[in-house]
Amino acid sequence: MTMRPTLLLTLFALALLIAVPWIAPIFDLDFYVSLVRRILIYALAATSLNLILGYGGMVALGHAAFFGAGAYAVAILGASGITAAVVVWPAAMALAGVLALIVGAISLRTRGVYFIMITLAFAQMVYYVFISLRQYGGEDGLNLTGYSTLPGLDLANDTTFYYVTLAIFVIVMALFNRTVDARFGTALQGIRENESRMESMGYPVYRLKLVAFALSGVVAGLAGALLANHNLFVSPTLMHWTQSANLLIMVLVGGIGLRYGGVAGAVVMLLLEEFLRQWTEYWHMPLGVLLLLVVLFAPRGLVGLLSKRVAS
Amino acid sequence: MNDNVQSAVPVLEAQGLCRRFGALVATDNVSLKLYPGEIHALIGPNGAGKSTLIHLLSGVLRADAGSLHVAGTDVSNMNAHERVRAGLSRSYQITNIFKSMSVLDNLVLAVQAHAGSSFGFWHARRNEAALYDAARALARECSIDDSLLGRTASTLPHGEQRKIEFALALAANPKVLLLDEPMAGMGPDETVRLTALIESMRGRAAMLLVEHDMQAVFQLADRISVLVYGKVIATGTPQEIRNSPEVRQAYLGDDDAPPTGSERREAEETT
Repeated sequence: MTMRPTLLLTLFALALLIAVPWIAPIFDLDFYVSLVRRILIYALAATSLNLILGYGGMVALGHAAFFGAGAYAVAILGASGITAAVVVWPAAMALAGVLALIVGAISLRTRGVYFIMITLAFAQMVYYVFISLRQYGGEDGLNLTGYSTLPGLDLANDTTFYYVTLAIFVIVMALFNRTVDARFGTALQGIRENESRMESMGYPVYRLKLVAFALSGVVAGLAGALLANHNLFVSPTLMHWTQSANLLIMVLVGGIGLRYGGVAGAVVMLLLEEFLRQWTEYWHMPLGVLLLLVVLFAPRGLVGLLSKRVAS
Repeated sequence: MNDNVQSAVPVLEAQGLCRRFGALVATDNVSLKLYPGEIHALIGPNGAGKSTLIHLLSGVLRADAGSLHVAGTDVSNMNAHERVRAGLSRSYQITNIFKSMSVLDNLVLAVQAHAGSSFGFWHARRNEAALYDAARALARECSIDDSLLGRTASTLPHGEQRKIEFALALAANPKVLLLDEPMAGMGPDETVRLTALIESMRGRAAMLLVEHDMQAVFQLADRISVLVYGKVIATGTPQEIRNSPEVRQAYLGDDDAPPTGSERREAEETT
């Protein structure tokens, strides 16, 4: 019963996303192709956070480190002349994944507020490491000399890059959906609900959480690699803790622990930012009010609110 | 019968377990043996260290000293989840289930823990008929009615939640089952039903039964150990324990009357 509207909505959204590069020029809004691409990239990052935050119950406040590490991997390899996407993007994912594995291995031994603080501390450490890397621009960041190269595809073409991003987005979302429904995902949700019981029922809780944490890092790294291409620029700001908080807020606003929560959050937050910015430079304030309203009246986020409507 | 039991190899053997919290010695050199299939009750006044001992056995807490073997395997240095694999499963005194999940999902999750790896990323669990069949079988075994399976666990009455609590521990198909006050908070009728349920499981696993309800204890236990101030002061058949002057002295004060369920309840009301 509930499958139907979700499936229809998904197909509709997908059709719309495919149509964006055709529709936008008709209305002279070519710029929005780039905006939607940015939204897709952030949706990936937010979804990766949703896996550990929403499904695994791990309130991590350091996700920007993995996001930024992926972006820097592309920039640094690019500076050494390595631009092949089939090398650079997996390298970004691997770097972010290994970093997540290390951070996770240590921080997942703690709980609650300590976990929040230790993930935050790690991320800030990474942030300062990249600030101190003079040869890669330090605080000023680093310009990319060009896009990652794909055989037969030119990412410098806005539309091509858009479709590559969309394809990656669809693949990752499909994998994400499989994972959260599979044994791993159900075990993860069990841990969110009742960690001590999972342990005493024989689940290797620590290992399950660590694998989720690393996977989440891998996807964040991929999103970072795409963002580096999107901006043709990386800087330590990408790793600042406020970026981690931004991703966290996206998941909260969209719907924590809901399939498209991260996506919805990225869409709403980035669209609002884009349009509010045209009206006022104090665009953070209406966003703050929105966050307040969501927390007060829609604890399961906008997707949660929507699916309740559909159900009733 | 008791002699037969004792001649067998113990399935759980604790040797000299100790645990201190600061100056308090919560577990003081406790040694305990459980034989295959026996129901072994652990009784003792409030604060005797029963819960600490359960935590030490299940691996939630680490012992300062001593060793623990389950079915011949040294589990002293194992985590809680590794001990479950070794055959040691536990239930909780305070109901510790997945409250926001359906009853069936609770049971499936428990079954899943012991049916292959949970590192599966591709196949939707809801299509794994074998898990669901096993979960339904578990429900029947624990006399959880079919009509309840679809309900959210937290909406069930306390007695039914206690059955789920029991079922989650039983799903491991353990060699040793630690039951931490399974009757806690239950009414007299529910207690009778759960006693019958535990009785029906006799022989499937050795059980260490921590319980305040003396009627249930004396009805179920093959042997009883008495824990006072972290020490096991006596172990024996229900008859031996009932007649032991030492136990009476320590556990019941100078009262002559044998411990009964109603007495226990009065004691609880006054504390």
